[in-house]
Amino acid sequence: MIWGVLQFPGSCDQRDALHACGLAGEARLIWHEERDLSGVDAVVVPGGFSYGDYLRAGAIARFSPAMAAVAEFAAAGGPVLGICNGFQVLCEAGLLPGALLRNRDLRFLCRQVELVAQGADSPFTTGIEAGERLSLPAKHGEGRYFAPPALLEEIEAGAQVAFRYAAGENPNGSARDIAGVVNEAGNVLGLMPHPEHAVDRLSGSTDGLAIFQSAAGSLV
Amino acid sequence: MSTAGADAGVEGNETPTAQPATEAQRPADYQALGLTQTEFELIVEKLGHRPNDVELAMFSLLWSEHCAYKHSRKLLRRLPTEGRRVLMGPGENAGAVDIGNGYAVAFKVESHNHPSAVEPFQGAATGVGGILRDVFALGARPIAILDSLRFGELDSERSRFLLDGAVRGIGHYGNSIGVATVGGEIYFEGPYEHNCLVNAMCVGLARKDEMVRAAATGVGNAVVLIGASTGRDGIGGASVLASAELGAGDEAKRPSVQIGDPFEESKLLECCLELLGKALLVCLQDLGAAGLTSSAGEMAWAGGVGIEIDVARVPLREADMEPFEIMVSESQERMLAVVSPERLHEVLAVCEKWQTGAARIGILTANGRFRVLRGEEVLGEMPLAALVDGCPLYDLSPAQPDGWIYGNRATLAPGASGEETLLALLSSPSLSSKRWAFEQYDSLVGSRTVRRPEAADAAVLQIPEAGTAIAVSIDGNGRRVACDPRAGTIEAVLECVQNLACVGAAPLGLTNCLNFGNPEKPTPAWQLDQSIAGLAEACEALGVPVVGGNVSLYNEGPEGPIYPTPVVGIVGELPDPARSAPSAFAREGDAIAILGPFAPSLAGSELAKLRGELGMGLPQPDIAAVAAACSTVRRAVREGQLASAHDISEGGLACAIAESAIGGELGCRVDDLSPLLQRGCSGHEALFGEASGGFLLSGERSVLASLGAIVIGEVGGEELRIGQLSLSLAEAERAWRSLQACEEPRGAAGTLRG
Repeated sequence: MIWGVLQFPGSCDQRDALHACGLAGEARLIWHEERDLSGVDAVVVPGGFSYGDYLRAGAIARFSPAMAAVAEFAAAGGPVLGICNGFQVLCEAGLLPGALLRNRDLRFLCRQVELVAQGADSPFTTGIEAGERLSLPAKHGEGRYFAPPALLEEIEAGAQVAFRYAAGENPNGSARDIAGVVNEAGNVLGLMPHPEHAVDRLSGSTDGLAIFQSAAGSLV
Repeated sequence: MSTAGADAGVEGNETPTAQPATEAQRPADYQALGLTQTEFELIVEKLGHRPNDVELAMFSLLWSEHCAYKHSRKLLRRLPTEGRRVLMGPGENAGAVDIGNGYAVAFKVESHNHPSAVEPFQGAATGVGGILRDVFALGARPIAILDSLRFGELDSERSRFLLDGAVRGIGHYGNSIGVATVGGEIYFEGPYEHNCLVNAMCVGLARKDEMVRAAATGVGNAVVLIGASTGRDGIGGASVLASAELGAGDEAKRPSVQIGDPFEESKLLECCLELLGKALLVCLQDLGAAGLTSSAGEMAWAGGVGIEIDVARVPLREADMEPFEIMVSESQERMLAVVSPERLHEVLAVCEKWQTGAARIGILTANGRFRVLRGEEVLGEMPLAALVDGCPLYDLSPAQPDGWIYGNRATLAPGASGEETLLALLSSPSLSSKRWAFEQYDSLVGSRTVRRPEAADAAVLQIPEAGTAIAVSIDGNGRRVACDPRAGTIEAVLECVQNLACVGAAPLGLTNCLNFGNPEKPTPAWQLDQSIAGLAEACEALGVPVVGGNVSLYNEGPEGPIYPTPVVGIVGELPDPARSAPSAFAREGDAIAILGPFAPSLAGSELAKLRGELGMGLPQPDIAAVAAACSTVRRAVREGQLASAHDISEGGLACAIAESAIGGELGCRVDDLSPLLQRGCSGHEALFGEASGGFLLSGERSVLASLGAIVIGEVGGEELRIGQLSLSLAEAERAWRSLQACEEPRGAAGTLRG
């Protein structure tokens, strides 16, 4: 399979994502001005500070030509993974429910955290059992997942919560310990911690690999 | 050292050509710009006429301490700069060493002290931005940042404000631009109360064949300004801020502090690396202190050409800027490139792609002069030899002080027990865990970080494309340097080398930032002279070349100079990053041992500080013996023989043991301190004394013994038991993690994004 990794001016983790995707297929960068996703089987919107994020994280990136193409791709059922800033962009674009607010203590935080998979139905989690724990690094200043109570009930009812922070591990005050959500169809996943930084034994964890391999496996 | 001219300079032609715009400078004019009367008269003589406003502004900056190193350059000539692996040394934007397979590592440390003392968030942020540009200017992609910070004691509100602002500023810039902040150090000492230190180090990775030097060549080539537009921020930063003592009313200097924009720099970085990767540039230089004046002047002087800059072509933020303001503005996120005319359109196309500004603002000439134009009008014309290399170099008048010149108030009761002493040391802000700070930094972006902050004694980064790995450490204990500037500086180098040895790395090259007080006063002059002597001695003895660095003088407040603070950063290489030893104990039942010529004393130690017993004098380090111990540890780590390796530094053996135990969540029992007592130490010296050359190792007893290490105890249990001293691990950890719980004032300028 072929992964496309978006690159906005100000993206930071696109090379890391490219490397991780390369372990589960082939991968190429997609420049923010590109509109053509033909030949791409799955898309990653990577971490960073797209267009500087001075206004609000992801608020400008959602208007980029590449994101218009991603919206079409997602609507057609294509798998899309947004990591950190990518999650923020997907929420801003309306492809995922909720929003990411500034961390509870108003500081950027970089820390290894434990996640618990919730059994959401998504191509990115087919190889991950409900209840399975993943150790991934989180690193963000605006990662506090928020949704109004009614919406929270809705996504819980629809089994759209894909990952929660394990008990005591919530680093940012996210509602209901939510670390990652999927859209109603399950093909779009947003995740605040970084699976692409957990694919190499030397980096301390390889738990992130399962997410990329799941998507690759479910497309075969 | 970045400003040192190359030897290929052009002789200055001293006939007057420019029409002086205004002639009648009063002494107040040049003195306000930091020039002495003698220097001013020398400028008039070299120029052949009285400088006009533009010329005076340019001279005052390039003849400032910050740019000309006029009080330090003679001393710096003592440092060894040659080495088999050195690709670029002092005089370039950064130093660079060969790591094999066609790759090089470039690195440099630089200070941003005075801006940070005035406005910590932007001061620290732009300090990071500036050092990143130095590294990518030579074609290296920045892969790591380390920071060395000094503040007054943490019980001061000002220190907490500065700490909070500086940490936020570093995080803001480094996180946003996507370069991992992998290590650093923070110390809190009274003499930094007024004048904090913010030193940032950047490490970059380059393909050797894509590196460029900072020398402009090719008469007729275009000079292109790339990046942000030019505004009034940072006017006179190099002279007003960096080359004068701090004092009352410094808030009024806030306009001299630059404002950072990491997004602009992110685009600029990618743009410049693409330009260099496509071999479209003849040379590239960052705009730092003294802005366009220094980058244009230095690159032309280094390349042996002349240069013309047309200020009317410089894109401005404010339309009504004066020509001298354009020439000296320190607006951030700008680079100056030399491009052959036929490649210009390709260069502009790459800049367009990255949405970064680009303007052709000048041309290289053959006459060895720096001409400033506005359209056709000549605003200033100076021989580069006078401007860049004409500043007089001064000899210092050093004099050793009669005794300890810094205060020292006891904070630990005289009869404190061993347990109370250890808890006081672990909770002292300089020794305690810096997790509160480093968790605010992205230490992982780039996927190279193998050992995260506080996981090992040095940061370890994998370089798979070159089939190798590097380790980096930054060290410098100003208090010990104050006790004995020569021995203290040697210790800083040794500690850095010991930290590298713990992860199995051998040093490749050293960069340094020399933070001292006013060199025109006898005591700081003596400290600087002795410190550089120690740096030279250690580097010679260890065979570690000095590939670059920075000098920051005039670090004084109303109460006097800072502790003399040479900060040393070393990059080393190691074959197998998977084997780099952690600093924490790893396995129950492992033996604990010490290794090395470690004969600790309380002189200059953290405990002496807590007891109010600081005074002059340190034991003299045995460089050769420490080097031998380092190679033993390095070899053992590379062979995977050790479970943990930790350098014994601040707080002595007891604190080193506590750190390894807390990190590994494993207690220990150390019964046998007799090896240290046999070296002439008292009981307290054995536990808390400090000196170079000590390693704390854990592993299999027989392996440790075969290395010549002395087994002193065993890992296990939930208590720290060291000699007669006994503490629960939880209590020790609470003390060590106390920095986290410090009151957190909100910095006025702190913004935070994710």
